[in-house]
Amino acid sequence: MTTLTALWANEAVQVTAWAALKLALILGIMLGAVSYLIYAERKICGHIQARTGPNRVGPFGLLQPIADVGKLLLKEEFIPESANKVVFHIAPMLAVFPAIVTFSVIPMGPPPMFVVTDVNVGLLVFLAMSSLGVYAITLGGWASNNKYALLGGLRSSAQMISYELAMGLSTIPVILRAGSLSLNHIVDSQAGTYLIPGTHVPLPGWGIFHWYLVLPFAIFVITSFAETNRAPFDLPEAEGELVAGFHTEYSSMKWALFFLGEYMNMIVICSITVTLFLGGWHGPGPEILGIVWYLAKLGALLFFFIWVRWTFPRLRYDQLMAFGWKVLLPASIVNVLIAAVWIYWRANA
Amino acid sequence: MAPLFLGFGALLVATAAMVVLHRNPVTSALFLVLSFCSLAGIYLLLQAEFIGLVQIIVYAGAIMVLFLFVIMYLNLQHDVEHGAHIALRRGIGWMVGALLLLFAALLMKRGWAPGPEASVMPGQARGNAAAVGLALYTRFLFPFEVTSMLLLVAMVGAIVMTRGRRPAAGETP
Repeated sequence: MTTLTALWANEAVQVTAWAALKLALILGIMLGAVSYLIYAERKICGHIQARTGPNRVGPFGLLQPIADVGKLLLKEEFIPESANKVVFHIAPMLAVFPAIVTFSVIPMGPPPMFVVTDVNVGLLVFLAMSSLGVYAITLGGWASNNKYALLGGLRSSAQMISYELAMGLSTIPVILRAGSLSLNHIVDSQAGTYLIPGTHVPLPGWGIFHWYLVLPFAIFVITSFAETNRAPFDLPEAEGELVAGFHTEYSSMKWALFFLGEYMNMIVICSITVTLFLGGWHGPGPEILGIVWYLAKLGALLFFFIWVRWTFPRLRYDQLMAFGWKVLLPASIVNVLIAAVWIYWRANA
Repeated sequence: MAPLFLGFGALLVATAAMVVLHRNPVTSALFLVLSFCSLAGIYLLLQAEFIGLVQIIVYAGAIMVLFLFVIMYLNLQHDVEHGAHIALRRGIGWMVGALLLLFAALLMKRGWAPGPEASVMPGQARGNAAAVGLALYTRFLFPFEVTSMLLLVAMVGAIVMTRGRRPAAGETP
């Protein structure tokens, strides 16, 4: 017992233990959240298409996710004869882990309780992990030894690399405004309210309410559709042309891991959008309500993601590439210049 | 910190060796990704968080994905080169290997000792990103600009080559 107390006195041990506990909690909550996000997606999509969506299992179909998971666990797993077995097993794991790692730097409420760690380059952790997310799809498509899967994987790596540039550049005005790469500092820089110059109308200090951050917000949201491979940018799994794209050969829980990864990435990317542009956990009321504000903004953004998926048609591949390289990238570069000049001028005026 | 350093270092050396030793090019590329990640881990231990994560973003996230892309397209399953080529390549390999061994032996003969420990880690005082940015845009401005010109030239060159030759006036394509 005394050795345990002595160990606990070490600050590094305390920090690690708390972080591990919080991450375990987040992982548990995420698994539940993802299955009900899928339920929400099916329900919303149903109503958009004038159907009712799942309503057979439990009241309002609320037990549908549990039935789905049960089905996936019991399903036979099929591995193609000529697949590269090792890579075939690794790819689905790679789909899930970047999302979990990114959650360790997102401030979900007032620190220190709702923050796992405060890394001084938190935003770069997110960008690094989203750039590693490409491997899951590329390798999954390659290891299956199937032409459709390979084409899906190649499309996805080209698409994600192209849109990553615009995404990274669209975060630079936010960094310039906050003067820090730490997500906690970025959230703090959006606290309080400010008056519109020349009037007495107060606005929240959120990033989106600063004129030079409106375009980056739009670019960030558009690129996040592409990074999560969702419509209108879901070419890696365009059913009409590629059967099911990169996960054609996957079945049972391995397929479920890809699915889990996609929805976890969606939650992560929406959380980052909330953190960068929508004021993070800041909102009216006492500070302890921070987690409620965070969840409310996250929920609204997730609804928006689902709404867009079921109302926009898929882009053609050349349109997708032209849009990324010829529209989003130049627009974000110009915006970085304008924001830099404006912030410098304001600071020195 | 020492056990973590030893762990990342051992992983780095082992994966780097596997890059060379493995026969399947895709697996080699994946081991290279792993070795970049362990190098990033060592940067993190040195409190250079900015460099460590940029290492992952640039090398593991962008460059290696393009590498994999090319390897998958080329489908390098069979060695198509014939006798003379292989003999030449092996000869060069042996020569370079012998030179490296000589170099390593010379290095091992020197006495190594840790220098005086720095009281403040570089970059810790001002934040990594600021320190790197200041160094890049003041002291190393000229190399930085030259590198960007070089990259621009390479990019334009690649575009020119993939566009192919346009048919001259009056010529049917």
